[in-house]
Amino acid sequence: MNKQKVIYGTVVILAVSLIAALVVALVLLSIGASPLETYKTILLGPLSDLFGMTEVLVRAVPLLLVGLGIAISFRSGIINIGAEGQIQMGVLASTAVALALPGLPKLYLLPMALMAGALAGAIWGGIAGWLRARLQVNEILSTVMLNYIAGQIYTFLLRGPMLDPAEREMGSGTPQSMRLPDHVILDYIVPGTRLHTGLILALVMALLVWILLWKTTLGYRMRAAGAGAKAARYAGIPVERYLIVAMLFAGGFAGLAGAVEVTGVHHRAIEGISSGYGFAGIVVALFGMLHPAGIIPSAAFFGVLLIGADMTQRSAGVPANMVLVLQGVIILSIVSAQSFLRNPYAQERLLRWFQNLLPTALRTKKGGQ
Amino acid sequence: MHPVEMIYNVLCLAVPFSVAILLAALGENFNQRAGIFNLGCDGIMCVGAFLGFMVPYSIKAGALLPYGNVLGVLAAMTGGALLGLLFALVTVTFRASQGIAGIGLQMLGWGLSGTLFRHFVGGVTGVEGIHVYAIPGLSRLPFLGGVLFSHTPLAYLAFLMVPISWFLLYKTPWGLKVRAVGTHPRAADTMGINVDLTRYQALMLGGAMAGMAGSYLALCQAKMFSDDLVAGRGFIAVALVYFGRWSPLGIMGGALLFSIAQSFQLSMQVWGIKFPYEFAVMLPYVLVIVVLALARKARQLGPTDLGKPYNREMRF
Repeated sequence: MNKQKVIYGTVVILAVSLIAALVVALVLLSIGASPLETYKTILLGPLSDLFGMTEVLVRAVPLLLVGLGIAISFRSGIINIGAEGQIQMGVLASTAVALALPGLPKLYLLPMALMAGALAGAIWGGIAGWLRARLQVNEILSTVMLNYIAGQIYTFLLRGPMLDPAEREMGSGTPQSMRLPDHVILDYIVPGTRLHTGLILALVMALLVWILLWKTTLGYRMRAAGAGAKAARYAGIPVERYLIVAMLFAGGFAGLAGAVEVTGVHHRAIEGISSGYGFAGIVVALFGMLHPAGIIPSAAFFGVLLIGADMTQRSAGVPANMVLVLQGVIILSIVSAQSFLRNPYAQERLLRWFQNLLPTALRTKKGGQ
Repeated sequence: MHPVEMIYNVLCLAVPFSVAILLAALGENFNQRAGIFNLGCDGIMCVGAFLGFMVPYSIKAGALLPYGNVLGVLAAMTGGALLGLLFALVTVTFRASQGIAGIGLQMLGWGLSGTLFRHFVGGVTGVEGIHVYAIPGLSRLPFLGGVLFSHTPLAYLAFLMVPISWFLLYKTPWGLKVRAVGTHPRAADTMGINVDLTRYQALMLGGAMAGMAGSYLALCQAKMFSDDLVAGRGFIAVALVYFGRWSPLGIMGGALLFSIAQSFQLSMQVWGIKFPYEFAVMLPYVLVIVVLALARKARQLGPTDLGKPYNREMRF
């Protein structure tokens, strides 16, 4: 990673944030809310106390895991929109394993539950990868459709076979599974908050993804397939096979996110458990420049946004759907900026303009990065 | 129940179901023919549905009252065209990756309509909507009268759009330009066709049609608005374009097939046939994947430069 790339990355992210903030400010003005006040609540509200900060990290864990998977698939040239469905499949599988084998000791059961979630997500993602590689089905459309299908399977299982027997007897009929046995639940890091050890797992995963993509042959081939399928095929890389592998990884990470969410936060499968993490994960990955070192802060940032949006809904009556608008604008401006900057002449011009803009002291500091 | 009566009931339901996906898919066809894969169709439909609902909802009295629905549909089309313009800016001028940009547009449209609805309206509220207009004479025909000639004006317009969009694409100079920039933009450019301008026009037309499709959902089908009103119909519309092999007639066939499947599923529940509801809802989505897998050989019939940004300055 050279100096120039880091500077471009910073410039793109700053520009994109500015554009997104301006567009959303227009929306806020149109519904009669003060943009500055709202932004202040969103960005500073969640960080004002320890509980808020841990809640941000609780949200950041699934975002980070999903974002890592999406980065792998995007880097390999296959667009995974199906994380939402893959998360739900992961939740189902890890809940089923944990409830089916409650007698096993924690040492075996917890990893098994997590791995079952990752496996189910990988299969769900792998279907789309296989359809794309073997039958040339557009992966964007198939993953979107698989999201709806997974959603229906999820509600079917939670209302039928996996419904908590207590709910059935009481007759309240809330669609949720039985509570997981206590020894499958992830430990808390900070007592009195919901911050669980899934955070450590997610950070380790980020490191593993970096090693996978940049330090192994498999990762090199996957990136080659994504950077130029024709050239990669010419070099003897079976591109189609790596598309499937990439989708297995992407789905696996989303499934793991679901498993961590159920064992760490909710302790039972409930409706709406993924709550948009699948789509937010796309923004997290793009905002983190598809690199683990960028995705970690980006996941934390979007954790702040999600918590902050809930806070403004409660305090200022600004609907939390606004986060979707923000995410949409961020995606649109990031992909615009990226393809604009792919042009080497544009890069050159921008770098010169940027260097002239910075004072000398800052310029040397930038150079050190 | 008599089998003919069952078929009649299924078909009577299927035609109104098909209108929204048909309109959106015909619009998406213009986009894809021009070489742009607009996955944001779903988000545009959300905004169209919201505007189509909001305008008649907010006109409670005054001189404009009788025109509320017409203005609603026009607002939805304008909103759709503007979002199409935004997508054109991103994908044509900035040459962004179209698949990801489409998801961005979908989130934007979905979030925007939800935010504005929750702020200005709040909860579920109905509107009078557009009434069924039975065509005099024709609607009294046995069987066909109920199936084909007893619908809302927007439904007739949607089916009228099938020959109109065929005529536009194949019999006008503009249609030739659209097909040319989607198939071989460099050749089109060499012949003096403004590639970017043509793509902008196609995207705005497609956006306006998706907006109209959304307003149909709000004004004719549900007669209300909610966050999940569109429920992925935009994505089905995009898939229908593949299924219909980029021809308006094929798209109409696909739209009817999907809506017959959907109305059959609903009718089965009315007839009391036991079948898990979730699997019935899942059916159209499974059908889309199967159809896409089977239709892969049709790819050559479509615009060959679909999804590729065109850059005049590139040498190859």
